[in-house]
Amino acid sequence: MSEFLFELRDLGVAIPTAQGLARPVTQMSFGLAAGRSLGVVGESGSGKTVAMLASCGLLPHARVTGKVLFDGQDLLAQSPAARRALLGRHIGMVFQEPMTALNPVMRIDKQIAEPLVTHELLSPAAALRRAVELLDRVGIVDPQRRAHCLPHELSGGMRQRVGIAMAIACEPRLLIADEPTTALDMTVQAQILHLLADLRREFGMALVLISHDLGIIGQVTDEVAVMYAGRLVEYCPTASLFSDPQHPYTISLLGSLPKPGRHGERLFAIEGTVPSPLLELPGCRFGARCQVAGDVCQRTVPALRAQSTEHLAACHHAPLEKLLAQEVAA
Amino acid sequence: MSEALLDVRDVKRHYAGGRGGFRAGPVVKAVDGVSLQVRAGETMAIVGESGCGKSTLARIVAGLDEPTAGSVAIAGEALSVRGIRGRREVARRVQIVFQDPFSSLNPRMRVQDIVAEPLEAQGMPREERMACVARLFQQVGLPAETGSRLPHQFSGGQRQRIAIARALSVGPRLLVLDEPVSALDVSVRAQILNLLADLKYSEGIASVLISHDMSAVQHLADRVAVMYLGQLVEVGDAAEVFARPAHPYTRTLLSAIPRLGVQLADAGAPPTEGPASNAGNSGATACRFAPRCAHAIDICRASQPALALHPGIPRQVACHRAAQLPLFALEQESTLAPALARRLAILRNASETRHATPAATV
Repeated sequence: MSEFLFELRDLGVAIPTAQGLARPVTQMSFGLAAGRSLGVVGESGSGKTVAMLASCGLLPHARVTGKVLFDGQDLLAQSPAARRALLGRHIGMVFQEPMTALNPVMRIDKQIAEPLVTHELLSPAAALRRAVELLDRVGIVDPQRRAHCLPHELSGGMRQRVGIAMAIACEPRLLIADEPTTALDMTVQAQILHLLADLRREFGMALVLISHDLGIIGQVTDEVAVMYAGRLVEYCPTASLFSDPQHPYTISLLGSLPKPGRHGERLFAIEGTVPSPLLELPGCRFGARCQVAGDVCQRTVPALRAQSTEHLAACHHAPLEKLLAQEVAA
Repeated sequence: MSEALLDVRDVKRHYAGGRGGFRAGPVVKAVDGVSLQVRAGETMAIVGESGCGKSTLARIVAGLDEPTAGSVAIAGEALSVRGIRGRREVARRVQIVFQDPFSSLNPRMRVQDIVAEPLEAQGMPREERMACVARLFQQVGLPAETGSRLPHQFSGGQRQRIAIARALSVGPRLLVLDEPVSALDVSVRAQILNLLADLKYSEGIASVLISHDMSAVQHLADRVAVMYLGQLVEVGDAAEVFARPAHPYTRTLLSAIPRLGVQLADAGAPPTEGPASNAGNSGATACRFAPRCAHAIDICRASQPALALHPGIPRQVACHRAAQLPLFALEQESTLAPALARRLAILRNASETRHATPAATV
């Protein structure tokens, strides 16, 4: 029995396309203990969403390799029926676009009641009553009346609250939230993040938060996994990502964010763009954009190594101060 | 104010409401009495939540929409978008860069033709146009040999460069930037922000920046106008507004910005949610922010505050209680962690060395 509630071991995802085999995720491993929260950060195309969808068996056309352990059971080895019994019950998901994630022609209380009837075997009437309680819990004002609304009658923030109510209906042990606030206003984003934090405390849920925004990752997670072009490049406690970043990608990303009170100061820009997942590279996938990449970076893929206890980074040159020492020696 | 390059006076844009068909609904006052001046070379940011009317205002300033009432003048001349001649005249003075570079470029035109099209519309002969395009490509950092490619052959960041080159082509006095980096990946956002800052400092082009990305606003804007349900609630120096907001709404908006590396538990209580539009709002009888405002008193529900100067506040604020409420001090982190600063310096140095000897590394 492992110490982790949710663990990925060497997850690989390959998707056949007309242009060849795309590998959006390669050799991804991490473990999340019960009740903890993990941020998966990366820009579009980094594979963060694909990794989470594939690990829950939601990418039917992909070839998924490796192991995805939830409470010791391998999700990938399970029958679809056994997996369905877990999803929605012990694993809840919240998606980015609350408008497309909800059924547009179904009353919201019925949508929330669905998993309760399927998994908790509540009677439809009891499930609808519970749905109203859940709407109240996620902060919908006047839940009794709102329960009869269709999704289009609600604002974006309220729709996302409904999505969250649906995901937590069966009090899951793990909540996977994929960019839950990207489509929302800044003020509404803050409310949704507070709601997620409150719910996590209340139910003792573990949380995987997928986002491109380092700001919100820093707000609600204990640990963080940085992905670049399908690979995990850094994995550490969240505070240490900001105080002691190791991978040149992470450092560049933090350096590229405008700072308050430093109006007009030149930002550190990362040149170039993310390599295509169709491209097989012998070396580091960040190599072409990295300012300190050398020959070794072109030849061999850097392994995810411990830089200190709890802090992993996949860079031949980490920590970068090593380079200064070499320069002095030379 | 004769020094103002852009002079927006009491502009209103009302849309007839309705639920489709012939049923009339309440009028939506997307922009409801906005006055704003932008000086030459200045970047003015307009911030607010979605539905506050900032994009409608941007479209009016760019001459893509006509105000229901009020006037817009650039360099003292009123904008008139009537007729092809009026439209051409407007386009020479003001240009717009849109949010999404995937839908703002014609997918079937070569990018050099996209950039040259505004010049063609202004009647510039072909040889001159091509010389101009080459200069613009260099200015925005696009390789010259890529001119005959189609938009789909470029990445998001490069497409936004193309859109910026097109906007610059006619040498406008004013640029309207509507969420110029929101659709871009985090790692290329900085490239475009640097380019926009370069244009601001080297070319002295004034701009109106619409964004919900407060970090982009802090980086580029000299002044900021905060908009709420169609009206301005606070206008002032950007750095000052961000450090010490006066209007309760500005504070709500700015305190929602995640501070890098600060946990939510330490960040204070969440702001309250408000209405997404002001459809059906009778207006004029109350402060529009009053229902969400923790400081609202009777007068706030009885009359609408005007944008005005108040004692002790170095900028215009539309709040009855501005003089009584203390200026809020927002905490901001402007320093980097030592290890991050040290490693960033190593990357910067390496980058400079590489650019100094480009051939050596290949």
